[in-house]
Amino acid sequence: MEEFTFTSQLFQYLITGLTVGSIYAMVAIGFNIIYNVTEIINLAQGEFVMLGGLIMVFLHVAAGLPLLLAFPLTVILVTLVGMLLDRLAIRPIRQPSVLTLIIATIAASIIIKGIAMFIWGKDPFDLPAFSGRVPIHFMGAVIQPQYFWVGGFLVATVILLTFFFEKTITGKAMSACADNPDAASLVGINVKHMILLSFALSAAIGAVAGITVTPISLMEYDRGAMLAIKGFGAVVLGGLGSFPGAILGGLIMGTIESFGAGLVHSGYKDAFALIVLLAVLFLKPSGLLGSIEISKIKKF
Amino acid sequence: MLRIRTFPIVTFALFIILFPWVARIIPGIGHYPDLMIFAGIYCLMTIGLSLLMGYAGQISLGQAAFFGIGAYVSGILTATYGLNPWLGMVIGMIVAALVAVIVGVPSLKLHGHYLAMATLAFGIIVFIIFNEEVELTGGPDGMTGIPVLSLFGFAFDSLEKYYYLVWVFVFAAFIFTINLIQSRSGRALRAIHASQAASNAMGINVPRFKIMVFVYSAILAALAGSLYAHYLNFINPTTFDLFFSIKLLIMIALGGMHEIWGAIIGAFLVTFLSFEWLHFFEEFEVIVYGFILLVVTIFLPHGLVGIPHIIKDWLRR
Repeated sequence: MEEFTFTSQLFQYLITGLTVGSIYAMVAIGFNIIYNVTEIINLAQGEFVMLGGLIMVFLHVAAGLPLLLAFPLTVILVTLVGMLLDRLAIRPIRQPSVLTLIIATIAASIIIKGIAMFIWGKDPFDLPAFSGRVPIHFMGAVIQPQYFWVGGFLVATVILLTFFFEKTITGKAMSACADNPDAASLVGINVKHMILLSFALSAAIGAVAGITVTPISLMEYDRGAMLAIKGFGAVVLGGLGSFPGAILGGLIMGTIESFGAGLVHSGYKDAFALIVLLAVLFLKPSGLLGSIEISKIKKF
Repeated sequence: MLRIRTFPIVTFALFIILFPWVARIIPGIGHYPDLMIFAGIYCLMTIGLSLLMGYAGQISLGQAAFFGIGAYVSGILTATYGLNPWLGMVIGMIVAALVAVIVGVPSLKLHGHYLAMATLAFGIIVFIIFNEEVELTGGPDGMTGIPVLSLFGFAFDSLEKYYYLVWVFVFAAFIFTINLIQSRSGRALRAIHASQAASNAMGINVPRFKIMVFVYSAILAALAGSLYAHYLNFINPTTFDLFFSIKLLIMIALGGMHEIWGAIIGAFLVTFLSFEWLHFFEEFEVIVYGFILLVVTIFLPHGLVGIPHIIKDWLRR
């Protein structure tokens, strides 16, 4: 017999919170990649996650492709959507201001959501877990094997991105654009390509988040907006533009949400993350790891 | 909007006054006055929002929440506690104003577009509260029994009476807003619109004016919400969701955010789109709205009211 003590329950909340938080962290990283290069807050970020989950369901469950094939294919398809977003909604804007760019990403997000509803309908879809659903019992908590996949992909994403930004020429060029787009284009960096690449990258990360979370929490067409706003909450909590901040912010956000829903009121589950977002905006808008000087320079 | 001409306003007022008679004569549009009530209610919100977006250069993604606060304060105070509806309406506006101060002051003091994200989060929180506080709001089922408005024994109980009531409010708000724009505060707002840095240098307290406009837009939204609740006598949370805030954004962007007429044209068009012209698309109308918003943002940054200017420029060439 499993014994459910209060401590084991708290431990359970922590585990679930960190798992959900890993997803928020991936969404937050996606926000930061685009923000750092373009100073755009891409409100369609959550739609990448939703598309990742639903396209994976289509390829893996409906079309019967093996996991190892469906996974990269899904990421590629969502990456294409991200690139289309830049080419069709962001680049055509002739007088870009933060205001019009925010509106454009909102428009894109409701178009993507509407098309997803058209293709998949309104029902949530399940995806088989990558390595079965036999839970592991540890310290009185029930841990799904899929939790490890989510955490593992967050770690893998972070390692790959660090390598990309620190070691490759393209990655360094992107960091240069983030630093100063005018100077970057003077030294021969094609800023437009870098913007396209930033959308592609953050769409890919969103897709990975969506694919790995769907076996845990299912996926439906209208999940994007809430994921985006919580991911943005993680961004602000960690400090706008900071990658370590995004990870920390995401994990804290997930944990707060899990404890809040478990201990305070489950009906307000979605509200906790948003209250944290408001509190950070009001009390320490530079976030935990962001610097005040940088937040004054930024346009957003 | 540097000069406000009286002629278009008078023409528009005559059109609104005569419309119910015209609608009765022309076959097929007999139900339009009903839609015009909704258009009027939306106009109240877009007038405030266009001031916020066009002048203060800020987006609010939480106007639906203020609309909902107006509706629910009215609904709860009148249906549950039997308070005088007009008093309920005023209290709703005061509550919305206070909430707007609490949300607006910290985010508008920050540089940039933190108001957009703060209001987005705030709007969702309020939506969750409407759903969860079942004892107060009736939860997802909504609340019924909101009384009809009446003044000195004269009840606004028919469609036409309510039509005129709503439009009296719209014109009052419209004229007040125009006067506001042409006052000392309005000049400050225009200066902020032209250049924030320069207006700062001239000694204009930029955050204060932005907060003022934000609070004003919240008050108008609450008034609209109250009128909505007393018209339908029933409210439920889905009316006040995030998509409604986005719809208001579409109205402003479509009509044009730099002129107050844009707010009115946008409110009319989106009302008729959603109640009349987009039936064919059913729930997929969101895709159409998305495309409208995107196309307008890319090709018509000044909205439909900007088209005459584009034509003028084109002819001059």
